[in-house]
Amino acid sequence: MTFSLDPHSRIDSPVHRLPAAAKLAAALAILVATVSTPRAFVPVSCVLLAAAALSRIPPLFLLKRLVLLEPLALGVAILAIFQPGGWRIFALIVIRATLCLLTVILLSNTTPFAELLRVFRRVHVPALLVTTLALMYRYLFVLIEESERMRRARACRTYGGGRRSTWKSLASVVGRLFVRSTERAERIHAAMCARGWK
Amino acid sequence: MHIPDGFLDGKTMVATAALSVGGLSLAVRQLRRQLPRRRVPLMGLAAAFVFAAQMLNFPIAGGTSGHLLGSVLIAVLLGPGAAVLVLTAVLIVQCLVFADGGLLALGANLFNMGIVGGVGGYAIYRGVQRLMGGARGVIMGAAFAAWCSATMAAILAAGELAISGTAPWAIVFPAMVNVHLLIGLGEAAVTVLVIVAIQRTRPELIDPSAPASGPLSNRQIAGYGLLISLGLALFVSPFACAWPDGLEKVAAALGFSHRAAIGPAPMANYRLLWIRSAPLGTAIAGAVGTLIVFILAFVVARVVTPKAATESR
Repeated sequence: MTFSLDPHSRIDSPVHRLPAAAKLAAALAILVATVSTPRAFVPVSCVLLAAAALSRIPPLFLLKRLVLLEPLALGVAILAIFQPGGWRIFALIVIRATLCLLTVILLSNTTPFAELLRVFRRVHVPALLVTTLALMYRYLFVLIEESERMRRARACRTYGGGRRSTWKSLASVVGRLFVRSTERAERIHAAMCARGWK
Repeated sequence: MHIPDGFLDGKTMVATAALSVGGLSLAVRQLRRQLPRRRVPLMGLAAAFVFAAQMLNFPIAGGTSGHLLGSVLIAVLLGPGAAVLVLTAVLIVQCLVFADGGLLALGANLFNMGIVGGVGGYAIYRGVQRLMGGARGVIMGAAFAAWCSATMAAILAAGELAISGTAPWAIVFPAMVNVHLLIGLGEAAVTVLVIVAIQRTRPELIDPSAPASGPLSNRQIAGYGLLISLGLALFVSPFACAWPDGLEKVAAALGFSHRAAIGPAPMANYRLLWIRSAPLGTAIAGAVGTLIVFILAFVVARVVTPKAATESR
């Protein structure tokens, strides 16, 4: 495995030890409070900072994630300036979006995805969706690595080439990736049946 | 395209969440009945595939690059029900693992990209494909549907943002839609190239008359149609009339002019007279653009359809 999606979700801290259901519920409550009233900004940021400190996740990592995702929010928020009282709305939205982002980043980095799935199953999310999510999470790395290998193989065998050929070969990489995914799914099905899945 | 948290207000979030849950339960119910057991793991793998495919960047001019969104591609490959399930999984992982797209806005994102992009895109694809027939119809339908899905999702996102009072419609509609008219072209190109690549190697994987997740029954078509038109009625039609006076008149005539208080956006429309023509301009450009893209899709289908695929049908 060359990289991990949520590298800090398995370290040990008071926040990590909390049950996943509690964290998910708390995150949802925080999000709803943040979105519904500006008066929640101060208490919410205190709670988030406390959680971040207790979680022992390197602050630099959290900051990096935030900076990475903030432009997406800013891009939409800029449109809010062009209306009466726009700057106030803009500031409001940016603070709101940042607090919400930090909440979700903290949730995803203190809770392993498998535990969230267990919560989903308990609240009667359709089993088909939970299975799909579990398999997707499991094979994400595999497929990303596979596509990276195919891309590298192509880069090794072609010199230069215009934009047209780049698009064409990239598309064939994607097409090939789909074919390989269906073949892999068949093998996985056989393996699941062999282990008693019905 | 992913709407982050903090941009939508309560009523929009509740309404989009309800629409998405409706669409997802339609899809799950269909799959439970029609999806063969051996295809169940394919759903997870397809979701991982969409995710991995989105990470491959296609170079555009000047060092910028774009990537595939995949709603229509996966609908063409697996059918509409599977597309909704797969795109739901992709959006949930993007939201919960990468914090890309809000958790409270998940309903809106799922509706825009999964249900309208996937099922709406599939409906357009099937319509065009039946019209043209054969492998060429697959290419043309996929090209046109891919462009439409990106544009439709952008229009809906603009409506949701405007109704939430985040940004005035006169700004957010042209800004979102003009960008996505172009993104849609890239999406159509990538979708077509990928489908051509699969048609060349494994043509049996693309059979429009028998999608992997089974054909839709009339009741399901009605269900999805209802959901999508409800979404359009809620988020786009309050703004769709380019002449606010007419809207006002109709509202007064029907006796529900108080509904204008639904968000600050329509008010802003009146105040910013200088940009009032912008949505109209975008709408006209969009209509002309749709026609051009349709013709373009036809030309592309003639050029790129693999010979073997046309002969085998």
